[in-house]
Amino acid sequence: MTQAATNLHPLEALLRERIVILDGAMGTMVQRYKLQEADYRGARFADWPRDLKGNNDLLCITKPEVIEEIHTQYLEAGADIIETNTFNAQSISMADYGMESLVRELNLAAARVARKAAAKFQNKFVAGAIGPMSKTLTISRDVNDPAKREVTFDQVKNAYREQVEALVEGGVDVLLVETIFDTLNAKAALFAISEFFEMSGHRLPVMISGTITDLSGRTLTGQTVEAFLISLLHAEPLSIGLNCALGPKEMRPYIEELAHLAPCYVSCYPNAGLPDPLSETGFPETPETLAPQLREWAENGWLNIVGGCCGTTPPHIKAIADAVHGCAPRKLSEFAK
Amino acid sequence: MSVRPLRLSGLEPLNITPEMGFVMIGERTNITGSPKFSKLILAGDFEGALAVARQQVEGGANILDVNMDEGMIDSEAAMTRFLNLIASEPDISRVPIMIDSSKWSVIEAGLKCVQGKCVVNSISLKVGEEDFKRHARLVRRYGAAMIVMAFDERGQADNFERRIEICERAYRILTEEVGIPPQDIIFDPNILTVATGLEEHVNYAVDFLRATKWIKENLPHARVSGGVSNISFSFRGNNAVREAMHAAFLYHAIRAGLDMGIVNAGQLAVYEEIAPELRELVEDVLLNRRPDATERLVEFAETVKAKGKAVAKDEAWRDAPVEERLSHALVKGIVDYIDADTEEARQKYARPLQVIEGPLMAGISIVGDLFGAGKMFLPQVVKSARVMKKAVAYLMPFMEAEKTADSKPQGKIVMATVKGDVHDIGKNIVGVVLQCNNYAVVDLGVMVPAEKILEAARAEKADAIGLSGLITPSLDEMVHVAQEMERQGFSLPLLIGGATTSRAHTAVKIAQHYKKPVVHVLDASRAVGVVNSLLNDELKADFEAKTRADYQRLREEHASRSREKKMLTIEQARANRTPIDWSSYEPPKPDFIGVRAVEPNLSELVPLIDWSPFFHTWELRGRYPAIFDDPNHGPQARELFDDAQKLLDRIVRENLLQARGVYAFWPVNAVGDDAELYTDDARAQTLATFHFLRQQMQKPADQHNHCLADFIAPKNNPQSEDYLGGFAVTIHGADELAEQFKREHDDYNAIMAKALADRLAEAFAEHLHRQARIAWGYGREENFTNEDLIRECYRGIRPAAGYPACPDHTEKRTLFTLLNAEKNAGVTLTESFAMHPGAAVSGLYFSHPDSKYFGVGKLERDQVTDYAARKGESVGYVEKWLAPNLNYEPAA
Repeated sequence: MTQAATNLHPLEALLRERIVILDGAMGTMVQRYKLQEADYRGARFADWPRDLKGNNDLLCITKPEVIEEIHTQYLEAGADIIETNTFNAQSISMADYGMESLVRELNLAAARVARKAAAKFQNKFVAGAIGPMSKTLTISRDVNDPAKREVTFDQVKNAYREQVEALVEGGVDVLLVETIFDTLNAKAALFAISEFFEMSGHRLPVMISGTITDLSGRTLTGQTVEAFLISLLHAEPLSIGLNCALGPKEMRPYIEELAHLAPCYVSCYPNAGLPDPLSETGFPETPETLAPQLREWAENGWLNIVGGCCGTTPPHIKAIADAVHGCAPRKLSEFAK
Repeated sequence: MSVRPLRLSGLEPLNITPEMGFVMIGERTNITGSPKFSKLILAGDFEGALAVARQQVEGGANILDVNMDEGMIDSEAAMTRFLNLIASEPDISRVPIMIDSSKWSVIEAGLKCVQGKCVVNSISLKVGEEDFKRHARLVRRYGAAMIVMAFDERGQADNFERRIEICERAYRILTEEVGIPPQDIIFDPNILTVATGLEEHVNYAVDFLRATKWIKENLPHARVSGGVSNISFSFRGNNAVREAMHAAFLYHAIRAGLDMGIVNAGQLAVYEEIAPELRELVEDVLLNRRPDATERLVEFAETVKAKGKAVAKDEAWRDAPVEERLSHALVKGIVDYIDADTEEARQKYARPLQVIEGPLMAGISIVGDLFGAGKMFLPQVVKSARVMKKAVAYLMPFMEAEKTADSKPQGKIVMATVKGDVHDIGKNIVGVVLQCNNYAVVDLGVMVPAEKILEAARAEKADAIGLSGLITPSLDEMVHVAQEMERQGFSLPLLIGGATTSRAHTAVKIAQHYKKPVVHVLDASRAVGVVNSLLNDELKADFEAKTRADYQRLREEHASRSREKKMLTIEQARANRTPIDWSSYEPPKPDFIGVRAVEPNLSELVPLIDWSPFFHTWELRGRYPAIFDDPNHGPQARELFDDAQKLLDRIVRENLLQARGVYAFWPVNAVGDDAELYTDDARAQTLATFHFLRQQMQKPADQHNHCLADFIAPKNNPQSEDYLGGFAVTIHGADELAEQFKREHDDYNAIMAKALADRLAEAFAEHLHRQARIAWGYGREENFTNEDLIRECYRGIRPAAGYPACPDHTEKRTLFTLLNAEKNAGVTLTESFAMHPGAAVSGLYFSHPDSKYFGVGKLERDQVTDYAARKGESVGYVEKWLAPNLNYEPAA
């Protein structure tokens, strides 16, 4: 959707009004369909030289009805924003499947299927999901040469640029750079986005979400929450938050910190706890256990956007939406831009 | 309105608020300011360089300034590598990085490596408003804050009005047109040197303080920073005064609103602890409180300095017995009384020889010991040698009258610069040092053929032979000498030295041709140790065995290394050429086509001298002028520099040396890896062809296999009317001048004269390059200081044949013919393509903005075969001249 820069974006208008609900896990839901290699391939990729099972982003082309159904379930559960199924849809990650040349098509298809699902409802938003990719700019994979990198900033930036262009062309409302474990990768993505905005003369709101990987309270590349925040504010995001890796119990102090610091809206979408292979979804938190914890955060005035990551399902999202209903959204921090 | 915090981050946040006080930016990881860091980076010791960074952070630096601006290295690659390494060190990367370079490409390379919010140091309006805005926009897009220098199209701001005019303009552009948050702007309003003695500098500190105050009051949220040590530059070498100036200046600057500064954190003195008298003198200067402030501080500084080395001014030693006086004169290098003292000793001792073997040898052996222990430095040793020579020269007539036997030296060394090479400064220094340690030295001079060296060794009954050379073909000549020694059944040790030689080369290429000891001597300070060990019957066996084992290990390492290196075929390398878009590029056209001779006055060249290599010649490590602050040898460097200035003044005043040079421009296009020169703009008739070599080593994904031809517009491109320049410059008269000094037993000034001639030749090359850029048009807009020129901040390059980018010396023949260099500049080529006279520089001018220096590195057989065909020479001939670069064993 397009509008003049002077007008308030409808998503921002909604954020001023109440806590906005983001969808839950895509991968967890796809697993339930028990899709096989042949399902992933479809007729078109029947002879593809590499195994394709597990390339969930490809389902936007080969099983669009499954993805549309999952989007629809989340929208019915009360999600205001759904994320496109494009977590790995850039050329560096797609190289694992030999599908670099399909990046544009994957993103266009993913945006289309999400838009189609959203069109069945009123006032819903599609976020173009931009994942962390399989290679990192800050860490050396070579124990003998800590200065070595598998990939360059420009390669990462160019890969993201291609994805961003296709997502925007496909009609997403916002861009969501998420599950950031290497801030430099995210900076390359945000660089690509900024470059593209300048070229096209048109901006979309940008959401950012990082990942605190363990109880040390740092990203995988070693930054504290505040350092992470400072490193990315130049992108002037609509929101910044945390997702993945941690469940609500572990994520709580970092969301609290972010809520006090961020000069923009704050988002959070935790996993349904730390992985537990014995439970049905692979994660311990049920809708009934997860929702009250997030309600407490909302009552503390920490939240603007809330949803779920790995192990969450439409019932989780419905429970969260119900739980935070009526809670006032977080007020923006004084922390100057 | 409260000031918005400037928020930076490494692994941890740094929120700079008015409450947090002065922010210290660690300055030691700056290759232009820290001799130690520079040495580590130039040696490729990044581990050691990381230790410097760690010390800065541990020492309290809030931000780490990283600068890799050094002409000898690929600064972009060094910045990338160092920042990548820092990323793996949490105890360093916890603080924000300041990416410091005068080159935008280096800054951008750094920005691509840092996950935190860093600071760019710096951007300015110097490049014009459009580029300034573009740079600022990119810095923002990379997520960094920025230092903005008070510098614009008209130059550097040096008074209050210009400072605020530029800062206000930059602030307005950045905040209103580019959208930079004002707290991300840090102004550097130029801390300039005071107490220079020049009237126009007296208000520099006051203007800086006023400008700082003005910025903080009028440009909301912006910060102010500066390089503090600049202020006291005129007192380099006098740390007491400098530290007082820094402390007092910071005290006032912080009160005026200075937020941060580039400082040596460990060295900051406390304002209150400055001695009151000194504080008043310093503040008089800083605050420009009285007209004679500088004079008074200089006077005071002399007393502070003198306290440090009371001996220098103290004449008490004159009262000691004659033996002690001689010893003192030798150790301190004082010639003033040497004839009188020597005469006194001669009358006291029975025979003149006893004076030499007694007090003079005792004194000189103290010099040798101190030098060996690193407590004396080369320039002092050479001065001591001058004293010794003068004393011996005084005694000589008396000894001849007595017809006594010579004093018996420890041993005799025959030394020579090999055939085809004319460089002898290093060899002369080694000779002096050996003589100081009681060795007899037979110096055969320069361009000495193997036959003559071996003949002299036999005739003189030498105990060892020393070979020296500077240019790469000399390496082959040394191999030849070794082979001849083996063939003729010599058993003397062979010593190898000179700038292009190395332990590895000696081990791999020379030692195997001669069964007796072959030893590489790194520099003059090692020469005595090596010779002592080789000629002493007790030490000899051990030393030889150790050297042999050492060289065997080097050979094995070399063999395994060369196998590991991944190389590309020449086709693959060409496919990865330097990417330059010629379709949108219009090459600049020079004012003239053809050859022009020039003969500038020496006084024009003096300001362009790069002094750092001068100190390296004398084995004093460090960069000028920071070397004067070196705690170890700062005072010696200062003394050497003063002596050099004295001689240089005399040279200029009396026209003792002459500068002659020639340069030219030709229409050119690249054809493959060659440059085709044309007689005129019709480009129909080929004048000559330069042949270039291409890098063949495997490169990381974003780097390219460079060849100089890549920087020239290709022939097939319709709009590619490119031009190439060429030049040869030389300084005449140094050999004659040195000879004159030698006759006066003054090796110190003999070596000095040659070292200065070398510096003047380099300065001449810099001077002429500037003329060439002006002729090319783009140089007319330049606004570089001499410092900037020395740091090669300008557009384009001037690579020389025989250096890493085009290692083939034989290309010089083509250049010299085209320039008619012998007629136009009086410079000729030896059979090894060394230039004669030796103080000479030649090379090619490239104008493309992307052109840069690189090392061709190792070459594979496929390229060498192709190159030989292009040159119309046999493969064997080409392999001989490219021997150091071959990555394979050529067919015998």
